[in-house]
Amino acid sequence: MPRHRPRPRRRPSGSLPVYRGPFRRAHAERLLWRAGFGPRRGQAERFADLGLEGAVHALTHPRSRRLEGPAPKVEGRGLAPRDVWGHDVLWWLDRMVRTQAPLVERMTLVWHDWFATSKATVDARWMLRQNALLRRYALGNFRTIVREITKDPAMLTWLDGVANNRWAPNENYARELQELFTLGAGRGYGEGDVREMARALTGWRADWRDGVGMTNFRFDPKFHDGGRTRIYGRRGRHDWRDAADLAVGHRLHPTFFVTKLWSYFIPTPPPPGTRRALERLYRRSGHDVRPVVAAILRHPALHTGPRMVKPPVVYTAGLLRALGKGIDTDAWAWLADMSGQTLFQPPNVAGWDDTRWIDTATWRGRWMTANYALEGRTLTPDPEKTKYPSMREQSPAEAVDAAHRFWGRPTLTRATRAELLGFAQRARAVAKEPWEQQTYAILRQNALRMLIATSPDMHTS
Amino acid sequence: MAHHCRDYARAAQLRAAAGAGLPIVEPGMPAPAGTGLSRRSFLLRSAGLALSVYGAGRLSPLAADEALAQSAPGAPVIVQVFLAGGIDSVSFLAPTEDPTYRRLRPKLALPPGTGTAFGEDPRLRWHPSAAALAGLHAEGNVSVMPAVGYEHPDQSHFVSRHFYEVGALDPRLGTGWLGRYLDRVGAPDNPLQGLSLDASLAPALASARVPVAAVDSPTSYDFWARDVWGEVDELMLEATARIGVVHARGDRAMAQVAGAAMHTGALRAQLAPLRATDDKPAFTSPVAYPSSEDSDFPERLAALAAMLAAGLPLRCVAITAPGDYDTHANQVELLGEPLKLTCDALAAFQRDLEARGLADRVLVHVWSEFGRRAEENAEGTDHGAAGLGLLIGTRAAGRMIGEFPGLDTLDEQGNLRATSDFRGIYAGLLEQWLGTEATGIVPDAGRVARPQLVK
Repeated sequence: MPRHRPRPRRRPSGSLPVYRGPFRRAHAERLLWRAGFGPRRGQAERFADLGLEGAVHALTHPRSRRLEGPAPKVEGRGLAPRDVWGHDVLWWLDRMVRTQAPLVERMTLVWHDWFATSKATVDARWMLRQNALLRRYALGNFRTIVREITKDPAMLTWLDGVANNRWAPNENYARELQELFTLGAGRGYGEGDVREMARALTGWRADWRDGVGMTNFRFDPKFHDGGRTRIYGRRGRHDWRDAADLAVGHRLHPTFFVTKLWSYFIPTPPPPGTRRALERLYRRSGHDVRPVVAAILRHPALHTGPRMVKPPVVYTAGLLRALGKGIDTDAWAWLADMSGQTLFQPPNVAGWDDTRWIDTATWRGRWMTANYALEGRTLTPDPEKTKYPSMREQSPAEAVDAAHRFWGRPTLTRATRAELLGFAQRARAVAKEPWEQQTYAILRQNALRMLIATSPDMHTS
Repeated sequence: MAHHCRDYARAAQLRAAAGAGLPIVEPGMPAPAGTGLSRRSFLLRSAGLALSVYGAGRLSPLAADEALAQSAPGAPVIVQVFLAGGIDSVSFLAPTEDPTYRRLRPKLALPPGTGTAFGEDPRLRWHPSAAALAGLHAEGNVSVMPAVGYEHPDQSHFVSRHFYEVGALDPRLGTGWLGRYLDRVGAPDNPLQGLSLDASLAPALASARVPVAAVDSPTSYDFWARDVWGEVDELMLEATARIGVVHARGDRAMAQVAGAAMHTGALRAQLAPLRATDDKPAFTSPVAYPSSEDSDFPERLAALAAMLAAGLPLRCVAITAPGDYDTHANQVELLGEPLKLTCDALAAFQRDLEARGLADRVLVHVWSEFGRRAEENAEGTDHGAAGLGLLIGTRAAGRMIGEFPGLDTLDEQGNLRATSDFRGIYAGLLEQWLGTEATGIVPDAGRVARPQLVK
């Protein structure tokens, strides 16, 4: 831009919009779903009492990261996430259910999607180590995260960092570092930068040992290409640290970062002014994540904008939190697969497609998920065992209220409530015989619990 | 208008077939509140629901057949098979005698004389894992695209794959090329017309107007709920779909969920003939498929043939082949086994269709997002440009589409140059196979050449 032109007037840096409307239970509920895994019983009320500022502070500065409640047991035994099929999924799901720091856990999930690494080719122990890394820096510094992930054993395996050496550069990590992790496809780099970046990243090695797998990850200067590389026009003897720092320091990185981070919390893109303000906040903080997340959580677009489909694992953890239920079956592992989100196994390095969570296959997975959440929590229709003599007298409206209370009174749209009531009325109308009136009232209550759990209201926030 | 009348008649027919006095269509039942739907359109939409609730046991087979026949009468079927990750086309058909190949691939080059010769180009030999397709090719039922691509090839998996899925070099296009075809010819109440035989929907099938479906296990697509049964169970499933109907318009996220909830009902009924009962499979295949502990791909193809034989109204099917072909390292191990399973299963599928007399209705299109770099990186190959495509079927022209460009005319990045354009393939498939104008579906249809794809 020519110098003599007047510079566009910028809003002052502190001008990030903040939601100023009433902060009621429904607002607290949405915040808890977007920034965590939904409310536990009574939690939405408590968060509403804190007000928006207090609620965001509680999320971004958790007092405890410890897990609440008893440790999970499956078939009478504790979990073995490194060894038993599906237990890695259960192990993390349990953290989501029992955490007292939901935003930390949710950000760990965000980074898992952002730096998507899969057990398809990586040993469980390295996947779990990467998971600990992502949790440690959940609200930390993004430059540090990128440096750490660049030398993380799971990532070095997944994107062939250990196959990248001075004699045969492997472009896999160099490409995705720029395309998926820091800049976005084709934004501010070219194929030449991919090749040069690959050379800069050379030098990591590991050994394969039978029965152990990949082990002894290390940087070996003899494997590193010590020659000059030219990345974004800068020449130098770059190494892996420089590669990570160059990508994060790229002038187009902040836009990519704040837009992508925003997309995990709010389904509509940030308004340009907000985006620029978030970029400034991010740059001035030296690439810290926490203030950017806090600003997004306070933004009016989160509290007044359209709804968002919950990721399957968030939906699952949320049902369990609402019921105060722990992990007691390994069914969650295959249910996650059916619902389209197996932790530690994203579909590819780009992570999950957040715009298409629901189709006729994954909807069925979610139906089954609700079904398993209700295991042990349904009323028994066996007339011999039944102990609910009053159910027969329950009006359709009372039946809907009872099912609603069962789930901790989640906010439901009027249209859904009307359909629930219609169903309750029809289910009563088909009961003719006296035994049917009693039994159908019980079946109806079980069905209402399913209908609430699987309603579009509950799949979105 | 005629088309609406026909829809209405079908809805009425289905209701009648489903039995009298059903709650979903009871006279006097109020239209769902707040939807803006007229009672009539609600009834039309409910046709699938009536089927879903009462379909499996009660609908007479005759009525079901008539309804299905009207949805896609003898329509040509396209099956898209995706090789994820960008398969190495130079391994699939390898120029084993070429000294340049031996120089660029000192570790990975297939030894001279490997596999069978490719009859259309004496320079090339089939990878041993592709032997089954070599056999079909010898019968004239496979067309090979040895170097399919587009100008300024993008070496990102996700960008290039997106181009292939939407049928254009447009990063913002949100519907798939087959989705737009279905929007033109499909029915408002037939999710099976666009079917992903995978755990989630293939983006190529993403439509704007008509329903499409994803089903990972077509023989067990049903719903149950703990301690709910009988009439209450039926009413519950009906209510599920009704809740979908009332949210089908409005908030986008709600509508996405609502759409799936609505269409699961129709789908459940459509797939009833495939459902196994009393531990007996609902169908037996006339040919043997390969089996694998790692992949359901052969089973899914077998079920697909059975679905077509049962007259289910399929038009476009998408399925992901076993394997991850992003072979930056360990290429030999990663490529060989899954490719063999893929090719063996596709050949079995072809024989199955032939045995069932369906072969002339189905064309299989195999694709991948790009090929791989001509020069190896010692352990594997990095992302390349032009890649592999195949058309399989008795109606496939059986002739190579674009020649093998050779390894001495690589582009400035060391990648193969395209000798055919995927948009020309799509335009040709639409016009020569699916019988509709490509204009309006493939944005660049006006400026790409169509090779002869069909015989």
